[in-house]
Amino acid sequence: MSVEPRSRMRRLFEPTTLEEQAPAAKAVTYTLLVLWSLVVLVPLYWVLITSFKGPGEVDNGPFYIPFVDFTPSFDAWNFMLVENNTIGPYLNSVVVALASTVLAVLVGALAAYALVRIRFQVKIAAIALFLVLLIVVIVAVTTFGAPWEIAVVAAIALYLIGLFTLVGRTRLHVGNNDIEFWIISNRIMPPIVAVLPIYVMFQQLHLLDTQVALIATYTAVNLPIVVWLTRDFFAGIPLDLEESAQIDGASKFRVFFTIALPLVRSGLVATFLLVLILAWNEYLLALFLSNAKAQTMPVLVSAQNTTRGPQWWNMSVLIVVMIAPVVVISAILQKHIARGLLIGAVKG
Amino acid sequence: MRTHLPMTAIADKVNDDPPRLGWAEWLDRRSGRIMVMPAVIVLLCFAIFPLIISAYLSLSRFALAPGGFKLRFIGLANFRKLLSGSQQYHLLGTFGAMGAIRWILLAAVAVGLLFLLARYLRRRPTVLGTLGCLLTAAVAMGLATVAVVASAPGGVPGTIVNTLLYVVVGVAVQFGLGLGLALLCGRPIRGRNLFRVLFFIPLMVTPVGIAYTFRMLADMQKGPFAPILRAFGVSEWSWATEAWSARLMVLIGDTWQWTPFMFIVLLAAIENQPRDQVEAARLDGAGSWQVFRDITWPAIAPVAATVVLIRLIEAFKIVDLPNVLTGGGPGLATESMTLHSFIAWRTQDLGGSAAVGYILLFVSTVACVSFFNFVVRPARRLET
Repeated sequence: MSVEPRSRMRRLFEPTTLEEQAPAAKAVTYTLLVLWSLVVLVPLYWVLITSFKGPGEVDNGPFYIPFVDFTPSFDAWNFMLVENNTIGPYLNSVVVALASTVLAVLVGALAAYALVRIRFQVKIAAIALFLVLLIVVIVAVTTFGAPWEIAVVAAIALYLIGLFTLVGRTRLHVGNNDIEFWIISNRIMPPIVAVLPIYVMFQQLHLLDTQVALIATYTAVNLPIVVWLTRDFFAGIPLDLEESAQIDGASKFRVFFTIALPLVRSGLVATFLLVLILAWNEYLLALFLSNAKAQTMPVLVSAQNTTRGPQWWNMSVLIVVMIAPVVVISAILQKHIARGLLIGAVKG
Repeated sequence: MRTHLPMTAIADKVNDDPPRLGWAEWLDRRSGRIMVMPAVIVLLCFAIFPLIISAYLSLSRFALAPGGFKLRFIGLANFRKLLSGSQQYHLLGTFGAMGAIRWILLAAVAVGLLFLLARYLRRRPTVLGTLGCLLTAAVAMGLATVAVVASAPGGVPGTIVNTLLYVVVGVAVQFGLGLGLALLCGRPIRGRNLFRVLFFIPLMVTPVGIAYTFRMLADMQKGPFAPILRAFGVSEWSWATEAWSARLMVLIGDTWQWTPFMFIVLLAAIENQPRDQVEAARLDGAGSWQVFRDITWPAIAPVAATVVLIRLIEAFKIVDLPNVLTGGGPGLATESMTLHSFIAWRTQDLGGSAAVGYILLFVSTVACVSFFNFVVRPARRLET
């Protein structure tokens, strides 16, 4: 049976079955997807090949394919990794990112578990008293020059007295949802608002430009995300296992570490990866809190601009070593990380 | 039920056993508080204390003095300077001459906001809700006015306008692209997983790295697109010297990084849409657009709204891209509010820096909370 040209044309635009797409639509789909793939890959490719170029290859106009229109060399790699101290900032980044992520996940998961399983009632009066005393202490110390040790001790004493006399008589209180919302809403706060006092605080403690300062700050910054994501994982596990363990006399901590945590393992992996990458990429806080000794990779890379001018080949080496682990992790474990993002977005 | 009985009996016996370490029981009874305490202490130290101290800083003038520094309380002078004084050009921008079209545009925004307000007030309003609506409307009107006036001919947009541009245009473009790609990838085609992994990568790349990479790519003499530009005869021109092309570069970098976020979440939502409804609609001869409008969109709306909210929260904090890509220049053209605050800090204007930070905190909080109340909540109700 011969097919008329007209109907052949039509077949191009009509799907043969419901599951399949028409050939023309399919071609358009693939074209668009491949186009966006190029958008994603070309920048990465360009950085990679630039890191194997030298001043000559970069300055004499664009060369695109190694071995074809230019000869790749390891000069820039040698210069940045062996002669220049790139290893120091790299290790700083690794230590800071790993340590802060472990801490954030541990502290955040504990809090999230407690908020899911245990009922809290915090008196509003207690919070108000705390805030008022805090402001009084800050004003007293900064404006009137009161010695801060005395001010803090006095404030704690006043707070305890208030807690046992006045607060007990009030009724208004906040519950789990409010505490949770407060923890998560900290993420809305732009870090620039908080970083100045944090800078002064670490200066007073003589911890400026140390890994400790960065680890502590990153833990705090990523904590809301951990609580937000893990609370849904904990809420999703059945109660009876934990209950029977508790009936058998296990403490809540034991239940948390031996039963609840292993049950949400995959969720924890997702959260861990997400937070790890956020900590690895962090720039603004590191810019404030680290200088030479504790410098992390993002700060090192951004500093290249002023010290060396546009030496693209060296810069490319830095960018490649900084983003390579992240690209590899996200390519291999894409499913896990995406799961973390999804939980956050779907449950909100 | 019967299987449980002996267990409860044993449990009772265990609980009745008195010899239990005193401190262990004390610990167990307070375990809830002990579990939450570390998180609360960390947030108090790194969010609440700093916020209060920052508030104080924003109300005072910082000056270096022999043997340290001196803080002097000056009330709202820092804010006044930013909003109507010598720093107004920096935060709000220089105001241009308003033409008829801009007046009409502003009037349209005002009418739109009044209409939305009236619609809210017709349904049973609460006192708190009305106050919230009024605040949202006032902030929206103020921001719209600043944006329109500063972008008028002769005007120069300040950092608040730039930040709004990054937030509004950036998030809108990323949402559009992400949704488009997710719809394409949601079709039954081969190689979906490859595309999914590929499209995900930019989200995880360090913004600082992205900034330099795009500077290399956009280099007019040595970049990969230089021959094409030379063919068009524009190699002498540089994007970095013009305000709008510099802003566009920042937006392109930001879009390259954040489109994957929209894509990956929306794709999952699309894959979860009711498949039987889609098939039934197809059988009834519904076109792709109809399927999208009547089935896909209602199914993904709650997720879409939440994803935009998350992106909004992060978009207000933008700093690394403009700082590395353009250094905030030319002039103020690409400077975001966070960068503004950072620059003020570097020139030891700590009070001004904290004030800019607080204005950013105010704007982003109002924007995000309003978006949650007026978009995310209704979208979630759509689902049920």
